[in-house]
Order: sequence, then C-alpha cells, then structure tokens
Amino acid sequence: MTAQGRIVWVSGPAVRADGMSDAKMYETVTVGNSKLVGEVIRLTGDVAFIQVYESTSGLKPGEPVIGTGNPLSVVLGPGIIGQLYDGIQRPLKELSKASGSFIGRGITTTPVDMIKKYHFIPTAKNGDEVLPGNVIGTVQETDLIEHSIMVPPNHPGGKISNLVSEGDYNLETELATVQKDGQNVPLKMYHKWPVRKPRPYLKRYDATVPLLTGQRVIDTFFPIAKGGTGSIPGAFGTGKTVTLHQIAKWADSQVVVYIGCGERGNEMTEVLVEFPHLKDPRSGKPLMDRTVLVANTSNMPVAAREASIYTGVTIAEYYRDMGKDVVLVADSTSRWAEALREMSGRLEEMPAEEGYPSYLASRLAEFYERAGRVRAAGSPDRDGSVTLIGAVSPSGGDFTEPVTTHTMRFIKTFWALDAKLAYSRHYPSINWMNSYSGYLGDIAKWWSENISPEWFTIRNEAYGILQREDTLKEIVKLLGPDALPDEEKLILEIARMVKIGLLQQNSFDDVDTYCSPEKQFKLLKLIVDFYKLGQQSLKEGTSLSSIRQLPVVTLLLKARMDIKDNEMPKLDKLENDMKEQFKNISGVKVTN
Amino acid sequence: MTTAGGVQYSKISEIKGPLVVVDGVDNAAFDELVEIETNEGERRLGKVLEVGNGKAIVQVFEGTTGLSISGTNAKFVGKVMEMPVSKEVLGRVFDGLGRPKDGLPDPIADKFIDINGEPMNPEQREYPKDFIQTGVSVIDGLITLVRGQKLPIFSGSGMSHNLLAAQIARQATVVGTNDEFAVVFAAIGVQYSEAEYFRRSLEESGALKRSVLFLNTADDPAIERIITPRVALTVAEYLAFELGMHVLVILTDMTNYAEALREISAAREEVPGRKGYPGYLYTDLSTLYERAGKLNGRNGSVTQVPILSMPSDDITHPIPDLTGYITEGQIVVGRDLFRQGVYPPINILMSLSRLMKDGIGKGSTREDHAEIANQVYDAYSRSQEVRALAGIVGKAGLTDIDLKYMDVGDVFEKEFLTQATDENRTIEETLNILWKIVSKLPKNELTKIKDKYVEQYYQGK
Repeated sequence: MTAQGRIVWVSGPAVRADGMSDAKMYETVTVGNSKLVGEVIRLTGDVAFIQVYESTSGLKPGEPVIGTGNPLSVVLGPGIIGQLYDGIQRPLKELSKASGSFIGRGITTTPVDMIKKYHFIPTAKNGDEVLPGNVIGTVQETDLIEHSIMVPPNHPGGKISNLVSEGDYNLETELATVQKDGQNVPLKMYHKWPVRKPRPYLKRYDATVPLLTGQRVIDTFFPIAKGGTGSIPGAFGTGKTVTLHQIAKWADSQVVVYIGCGERGNEMTEVLVEFPHLKDPRSGKPLMDRTVLVANTSNMPVAAREASIYTGVTIAEYYRDMGKDVVLVADSTSRWAEALREMSGRLEEMPAEEGYPSYLASRLAEFYERAGRVRAAGSPDRDGSVTLIGAVSPSGGDFTEPVTTHTMRFIKTFWALDAKLAYSRHYPSINWMNSYSGYLGDIAKWWSENISPEWFTIRNEAYGILQREDTLKEIVKLLGPDALPDEEKLILEIARMVKIGLLQQNSFDDVDTYCSPEKQFKLLKLIVDFYKLGQQSLKEGTSLSSIRQLPVVTLLLKARMDIKDNEMPKLDKLENDMKEQFKNISGVKVTN
Repeated sequence: MTTAGGVQYSKISEIKGPLVVVDGVDNAAFDELVEIETNEGERRLGKVLEVGNGKAIVQVFEGTTGLSISGTNAKFVGKVMEMPVSKEVLGRVFDGLGRPKDGLPDPIADKFIDINGEPMNPEQREYPKDFIQTGVSVIDGLITLVRGQKLPIFSGSGMSHNLLAAQIARQATVVGTNDEFAVVFAAIGVQYSEAEYFRRSLEESGALKRSVLFLNTADDPAIERIITPRVALTVAEYLAFELGMHVLVILTDMTNYAEALREISAAREEVPGRKGYPGYLYTDLSTLYERAGKLNGRNGSVTQVPILSMPSDDITHPIPDLTGYITEGQIVVGRDLFRQGVYPPINILMSLSRLMKDGIGKGSTREDHAEIANQVYDAYSRSQEVRALAGIVGKAGLTDIDLKYMDVGDVFEKEFLTQATDENRTIEETLNILWKIVSKLPKNELTKIKDKYVEQYYQGK
C-alpha cells in the first residue's frame, strides 16, 4: 500500500502533504503534476514533510503526492564507471537528451544502460550454495575495471540453478535462480541498495597501507592510508579543488568517486574534459575508465545536494565489495552541511551553532565511518577499501566554525590550507605546521619495506627543519636575518629548499604533477644530506654564502620539474655533484 | 513585464516589511507572479514565497509603503515572472524589473523567458578557455579572464572599481576574432552618478548600441534588487545562447543585492546564518553566478564581472566570502595601493583567476606566460616581505638579494600595475613588462621558469 496524498504547503524545496499516513520515513515520493522526486523527512499525523530534489517553482497546493514504497536507492551494476550523475543518480547525459543544455524537471531515466550487453564469465556452478556477497561471475566493465557480479547483501542466498553459460547478456537478463525454502529468487547483473544504509562487510582491518597520491606534501609529510579519512579545509582560492583533482587523478586506487557537492559547474566539466585524456600512471589507460562523477552543482536543487554524498559513498562501497581500493572525494562537505541547515530551517527545528542542526556532528560521523579497509562478505575472499576525503569550505576561512570543528573529530588526516601560502603562490598551500596525519606511524612500515628503511628518520629530520624554521622566522621578523648565527641561517636556507624543492608542486607541469614515492624519497634525502654537508662545512669554516652559491642549489630546487620519475640516475648524479661541490669549498677558510 | 489573466483576491491579512500575507488563496503556485493593486489604481509586482493552508506569503518588489490591509488587492497571474526578449533589447535602458526606462515603448518580444533560468547541465557545458584581452596588464598578465568565466571585483567603498569595470567593458576583445559581442549592465542599488558613468562610458566608446542597461539606483525600491540581476542575466543568456553573441555582464553592487535578500529573510523570521544573512545566501548567489558559461554546440558565451564592495574592506565578510567560493577567482582592489594613487590598485596576491591556466600559453597568449606569471607572483610576494622587514631593521639590514626584491616591488607597481584608464596594452607588451620585472633578479632566483624561457626572454645578462 503506497501513500497517496495532496500538497498543502510549498516553500522552496520543502513541501508538506496530507493524506500520507501510509508513508514511511525516507521513502521516496513523486510530488505534483510534474512528478518531481522527493523524500519524506518527517511525519506528523497524516502530514508528511518532504524535501524535493528538483525545483518546486510553479508547484501548487492540491497537487498529488504519491509514495513509491522504497527508500532513496541507487542502482548498482556494470555501467556506473565513467558516468556523470546528479545527486540522485540520474545520468546528466540522459537528462540533456530530454531537456537540452539546461536541466529540466520531472525526468525519469535509468542510472545505467539496461540494454547494453556485457560479456559474463560465470565463476559459480549450478548447485553451489551461495551466501549474500558471493561472487557468481565477472564482466569487464571498462578496460580497467573487472566488475564482480555479487549476490546482493539483502538477498537470502541459497542454491544456484539455471546459471547461464559464458556469453553476452544485458542487465535485465536473469543470470541464475537461487532457491531458498522453496522460493526462487532471480539474480541479475544489478541490484538496488538504499543510499542511507552502509553496505555490510565481514570485518574491518587497520589502515596500514598508504594511499599514494603522487603529491609530495601529502605522501611524505601528511599521508593518508587506504581506508582512511581525511579532510581538506581552506578559504576560497587556497586550492582545495585543485588538490582534490590531483588526488582523484593520481591516487593509486582502482576506482575514484568524485562528488561535486554544491560546487562550480565548470569544475565538473573540467574533470569531464580532462580525465578521458589523462593516463593512469600505473596502467596507462584513460583515468575516466576508473572514475565516477556525482555532480550536484551549487545552483542545482539543494535537497539533491544532501543526497549526493550518500549516493557517492554507496557506489564506493559497492566497488569496495568487489575487493577494490576506492577513493571518494567530496567537494565540499560544507555545502552538504548547508543543505542540511536549509532543510532544518524549513522544518523549524531548534538550531545549534550558526543555524546548523544539532545532528550535524552525528551525520558527519556516520558519513566518515563509512570509510575503511575491509574483508568483503561472501566468497571468494576479497579485501577492499573506501578512503573518504572531504573538502571543507569554512566561512571566512575560520577553522573554528562548526563544520570544520566537527569534521576534525571524525577524521585522521587534516590538510589545513593556508590563505597566506596561497597568496604567495605556494601550492599546494597545505600548511605544514597546522596539518597532521594520524596514519604516519601505521604506514611507516610500508615505506620502510618498499622504499627505504631510512624513510621515517629522514622524513622526521626534514620536518624538524621546518619546525625549527617556524621559530626562527619569528626572530627574523623582529630583529632581521643578521641576528642569527650561521648555523641557524643555514636552517632557514634548508627550509627554503624543502619548501621550494619539495613541498611546492606544480599540478599544471607535466613532470611535476605526479611524483613517484621513489623520487619523493630521493629528493627529500638529497636536501637532508645537503643540510648535513652544510653543517659540516660551516664547522670547517666555510662561509654560508659560498654554500648558498653552490651550483647544485638551483638544480636541487628545480629537480622536481626537470627530472622525470624514470630518470632516477640523474638524481644519483646530482648527489655525487653535491658531494663533490661541498668537497671543493670546504678547506677554503674564510674569515668573516 | 507583462501580466494577464489570473485570479483576484482581496483578503490581505498582514503586511510586514516587504511581505504581504494574502488569505483565502486556493489556487496559487510557489514562485508565481503576483500583481498588487491599491484602491488608487497603483500597481506593484510581487512573487509567492510560500503557499499553503489557504495563505500565500508574497514579496512585493516595490516595497509595501502605502499599502493598506483593506485597500489592497492581490492578483495571482498564473505564471512565474518572465522577461520579454528579442534582439531589440540591445541599446535599451530598463528599470530594475525589466520595464523600459528610456521613454521608448516595450520592445517587441520574440519570446518570454522565466527570469529564474534553469541550471546549466554540467555535462553540456563547454570548458571556458578563450583568452579575453582586456588591455589591462594586471588582468591579462596575472589574473587572466576567459570567455564564460565569472570573475568578480572585490572592492571597497570609494575605490576605483567602476573605472576598471568600465575599462574592461570598453576594451575587452578576443584577439583575432570578429564574433558579435554585447554588454549587459545591471546597476543594483548604486548611486545615480555611478550608473550614469557606465552609460556615458559605453556611449563614448560607441558600445551603447550593443548594450542593455538595467538600472535600479539607490533611490529605487530595495526589494526590486532581488529581480534586477535575474532579468539582466535572462537577457544575457538569450543574447548568448539563442543569438550566439559573446556577452559581458557587469553586476554592480552585489552587496546591495545581498542586503535586499537579508531584508526579506528577516521579515520572514528565518534563522539567520552569519551576520544576519540567510543560511541560503550561498545557494542563492550561485543561482546568479552559475549563469555564466559556455555551452556545447552553441556559439555564444556569458562572462560575468560582478562588482561588490566589501563592508569595511573585510574579505571574510559573508558576501565576498560566499562569492569567492562560487566565482572562478577574484580581482581584489587594495586600499593601500589606492591611497598611493595607483590605478588600477589591484592587490595581486589576494587576486586569482581559476580559469587562467587553460586560457593562456602557446596558441593563445605565449608559451612562457604561466611560468613568468608564477615567478612574478612569487617575487612580488617576497618583495612585500622584504618591505615589511625593511620597515623594522632599515634598508641597511637587508642583504643584497633582499634589495633586489625591493626593486622588483617598485618596478611592478610603477611600470606594470600602473596604467591610464584609456591605455590598452597588448598581451605581448604585458608579458615583456613581466620579464622586465624578474630581470631585476639574478637568473638563479628564477626557480619557477624553465631554463629555455629564461635564455629566451631574460632581459640582461
């Protein structure tokens, strides 16, 4: 029995309808004569309070509201990768076929192509007993993605019969029948899952493997682990979006879900234009073959913005269940929080800080808890991860505002963007004093085993130089650089080298945009070695200015751009040159 | 505005601020256009903000001064507010609601378009990348504007943002094309003299016949300001996407728009966000700014240069703050430079053009553009630090290299930034001055530029 009611009140995206006593919380409904999509968010007597995912302009009291009986769900099956969806999983390409360049209303589409055939290779056999989560076969979704067809988590499981043989089938084909307690349940290539409900898994692991992004300040100084959580807050113009794009481009995950939540339309267009031409540095295939975009831009209806986060994370969990590492990037969670605030205001709820609802913190916590590295349910054994990275757009760049402070409670890596660094064009403008990573100790083992046993020590030495510089800078500001002894001036010089040669990274430079972990370590080590050689030279009486003027300095600063990942011998040569040059200047005593 | 048909109601139960509550309403739609008529026969326009349970809350654009509970009728027109458009709007002057203000009759409409517009489908957008040469060095060289971009000017009261916007409107061109262009200018609560300055500036340059003006001056009704940018952008979209023109939209002053929005929100007793502005200010502003862009398969473009005055020059104030989160960069006018008499007084360190990277380089400006711009940003930023240091320890306490950076700052402000309001520099001239600036530094300081460009363009040995 689905609810059938009438609109009694309209204000922006909020609608009240009566005659809705059969409606359930979070059920989707169609609203009005133009059949707009909405979701029930409060029930009082027979009055349902509905948030509408499309523009309500022209909607009148008296128009019908009809329940669908289902919660807001996404369709999960092959065909998701490469799509650009709106906040409720409608493909924007299909919408444009129906309404042209601008987004119309009341358009129904299927999220994935139901007619398209995929080559299905069964891995189960007739007679097998299957459980929820079991893989019954695979299809090749894109060049990069082998898509496992799984028994849905909400499926009863049972004994397989009528399993089709290897061949080309579309999404509606019944691939097999599962018998349980005398009932026959069909299995298809897709199933539906409610977005607000996390998909189940068998168990969770600690996050100990770094997610490599090719961004030096992230990987080397403030790393995030696969299955971890991270947040990137920053005032406008500090480079949030560019940094997130960089992560989406170069992270070593198999699937990337990019959510443009209340942000600029052109940014999504940029991804759409750019990603098909960019090659994954590991496989050489177009990045679009592993990317899903969810776009609910700032001027699109605000309620669908609230839903877009859940749509995205559910898709991410689905690919995780296949045993893949998935990165989800949400830009920006602040706009999502504002959508919550707007609906809360229309519901006339008692506001907490800055008008945000009191449940803001718990909603953020629920979202970030959907991250994790897990053993998926069912057989065969599959380990996958969802890494969640959310941008925060604090009003006025003030990190004490509610969305930033609450987010900080639920994430482990914090990349604080700094307007001052951005103003001086130090990009990425991640402030090395305010940022932190809770994964450093956990992932050090990986670096030690895969890159160099010295990694942790060298990384901490370099970070120590930056911390020293931070204190010394204050003295220089008050007294001028001459107030410092040469040993401390050397620290300032080395810190400058770390900043320019390492922390700064030009995402628009062909070489510098991605930096392999090997090159990251080598650059770091070269600078730390330079520091040690410099200290030694100073002790032996060499002047600071002759150290500063060593030809190797400029080469070190430009190595990030001039030396490609596959030209590591050039860095070795740089190391030898450096040692040679230090040898030449030391021994030449200079009196100050 | 045209209105026709509709249902008449006379039961007004409440008038507060800009709002009127109409009772006994059974057939009104959300967002519907409303005609308010007084007993004296005066007609005003409004729109439905909330409807239900027999009541409609109507926002009256011209304000409620002089309305009475007994002597007022409300007519629900049966459609949302629309703007009549055709090619004939070019060269015309309208008021803040889109009604002719130049004494001429209504333009013959080709079609009527909902002033709220619809969101562009991101999948159908064309990524903007055509370099617009404004002839203003600081913009072309360091904060490059491209077609379809929204790039606001953040200014403060009394500064020269209008001179700059008018100069952009007069000089903006895409080199090597003959595309049709138009200027749409919306004055939102600005002084009459400012609006008149723009009109005259367009007239003198001969651009007036390619322009459409919407004027809501400071003495016009405040609530009308909610509508002014919407009618202007509706016309801009029509000219761009139906007639294939490249339209530059100047909206000034967005601060007045946001204040009108706050007034309505307060009258509705909504829970405020920061500084009393409604929590949906971001979303509301985005429905204006996101109307800039280019579309696949269509010729035209809408480029927006909104101007806003930052209250107390505070860039963290909600209006510039939320604007900056939506727009593709910002041009920040600096009080210090303005006081020193520099024109245009742009603080480049706080300014940014997000779409610059795709609009410059080989094929559009010059291959070295991105790197030289980065280096100049870096060098100017360093020069500011050195100046601050010199203020404490004196010039004598500076190192040789610090002194060179001082030079960089001076040359930058005197030779690059400063230019006359009628000086139209080519991009080559602009780039050459940039190289002159960095050539004050020794070559080994140029860490952001590839060696081959240094060899080619460095001025000196």
